[in-house]
Amino acid sequence: MFLFIVRRIIQTIPVLLGVSLVVFLIMQMVPGDPATLLAGEGATKQTIEMIRHQLGLDRPVIIQYFDYVVHVLQGDFGESLRNNRPVLDEIMIRLPITIELALASIFITVVLGMLAGIISATKQYSAADITIMIVALLGISLPSFWFGLMLIYFFSVNLHIFPVAGWGTFKHMVLPALTLGAGGAAIVARMTRSSMLEVVRQDYMRTARAKGLKEHVIIYKHGLKNALIPVITVVGLQFGALLGGTVLTESVFAINGLGRLIVDAIRTRDLPMVQGGVLIASVIFVFMNLAVDILYRYFNKRVDLN
Amino acid sequence: MKKQFDETILEVKNLQTYFYTDEGISKAVNGISFKLKKGETLGIVGESGSGKSITSLSLLGLIPSPPGKITGGSILFKGEDLLAKTEKQMRSIRGNEISMIFQEPMTSLNPVYSAGEQIAEAIRLHQKLGKKEAWEKAVEMLRLVGIPSPEKRAKQEPHELSGGMRQRVMIAMALACHPEVLIADEPTTALDVTIQAQILELIKSLQKDLGTAVILITHDLGVVYETCDRVAVMYAGRIVEYTSAKELYNNPKHPYTIGLLNSLPRLDMDQDELTTIPGTVPSPFNMPKGCSFAPRCAHAKPMCHESVPDLLTLDKNTEVSCWMYTSQWETDHTIIEKVGIE
Repeated sequence: MFLFIVRRIIQTIPVLLGVSLVVFLIMQMVPGDPATLLAGEGATKQTIEMIRHQLGLDRPVIIQYFDYVVHVLQGDFGESLRNNRPVLDEIMIRLPITIELALASIFITVVLGMLAGIISATKQYSAADITIMIVALLGISLPSFWFGLMLIYFFSVNLHIFPVAGWGTFKHMVLPALTLGAGGAAIVARMTRSSMLEVVRQDYMRTARAKGLKEHVIIYKHGLKNALIPVITVVGLQFGALLGGTVLTESVFAINGLGRLIVDAIRTRDLPMVQGGVLIASVIFVFMNLAVDILYRYFNKRVDLN
Repeated sequence: MKKQFDETILEVKNLQTYFYTDEGISKAVNGISFKLKKGETLGIVGESGSGKSITSLSLLGLIPSPPGKITGGSILFKGEDLLAKTEKQMRSIRGNEISMIFQEPMTSLNPVYSAGEQIAEAIRLHQKLGKKEAWEKAVEMLRLVGIPSPEKRAKQEPHELSGGMRQRVMIAMALACHPEVLIADEPTTALDVTIQAQILELIKSLQKDLGTAVILITHDLGVVYETCDRVAVMYAGRIVEYTSAKELYNNPKHPYTIGLLNSLPRLDMDQDELTTIPGTVPSPFNMPKGCSFAPRCAHAKPMCHESVPDLLTLDKNTEVSCWMYTSQWETDHTIIEKVGIE
């Protein structure tokens, strides 16, 4: 198990290098020149050239990339072109907010989704099952930006239960986490249900019954651990959707998180900030995947570690 | 040396287990009766779909419901009717006083728990032992069923064990609480022939040591002859012949049993083809009115298509459900109707 984790961590290195290269090249291809933007309107060609030289943008792309990687490895992500503050500092201010939001919504995805799925499966075709499946269908179908706006409309504007926007208290967290977690919860609920229904028909469930175990022990001990194996895969995939989702959710609820930082940076062609933000997001994503792999291995001992 | 069995431990009377499906009612077990004595091995033989497995699941109250339901009869275990017991009372019997081994060792163990954990679970549940004692007992059981280095094997998950070894684990689990009745539902069908003999030997020797009564469900007549004391032959949800294993082999009575034995390959004869029983087992949704074997029976008379006789006692050891052995056989079936046999 330990070797497995070490090996998986080593495997992340080429992945991260690849990600950094892709991010770097995409930013090269995006129309709009940061030097021109920085120089402002009406700047002379000479000024623009000078700024470009200062930023090192006149060097070959490959050299620029290596330079960037070497600096990043030293913890230097460059400085924002907008306010000249170090990119890493800016990110570190915003990151905790996004992580809080992501954890809250993953909590909703996993807990709400699995509970709903288990209820659905153990009471197949009951009113509860049908209701849960209809709600889950809605959850998958509704786009999160629209769903977020509707939540704001009902719970904030009309009922005044939760704040309209912003971040800081538990109350601030509820609607954004719900917006971001609902789609995932719906998918997890459906997955848990079908996986559970599959598992209850297995021979080993009959063996558990023949042992004289109580029904809830049979379902939760012998059934759930097996049923969770495909669910974990789905939850892992949800992490990816989550990172994209934070960008939208943070915009809808005006939360100053990493997602919004990246969007703003793209709008102002703040190259180092975009690169830094995307890179950090990618690192988080890669490590989330690693965590999922380890969990998967824990639940499914049949996974071959080699 | 002839074994003596006196005390009846399990008595099934007129058990009926039906399945209510969209296609109609399937009478999977249709009024069967048998007795099991302490330390005895009873074989239940029959083709797929004859109701053998449903019988065994009925004994433990494990019929999936819906669609299944035990609609009649009684199952007396040590004099008490299991059908009258609550679910909670049944749970304390399952895996404790009556336990079961299933046909599929590959899928009958839970893939995410170690072999030892799964055995220890039953021990902790029924014998109220602590975690450590239960684990030690589980290892002891693995040793008893002949698994080498049981301490190591107990920690392994089912996927690390071979089919034969998994079936040994199942046996260890089933016998862990010293049940009085062990139901073995085709325990060797999914195994290699060499392993089959080992597993049967194991069941036999453990039965001798522990004094467990065994119900062995199989479609293998050779296994029955080797292992069982008495045999019930099932056909389409009914017992058609109930006799001693020796008698069954040497002197079969029911035309179905005779057909089954004739269809076995013989070493002492030069055979080009195996004998078969013509026709197929009737659909459970469309059972013939009379004897369910009548459509395939070479001896069938009109009376056979009208009604089916109860088990007739031929001698101390043998009961058979066939008109051939009744006094009415030689007479016309119209007379039978007048006499009014059900």
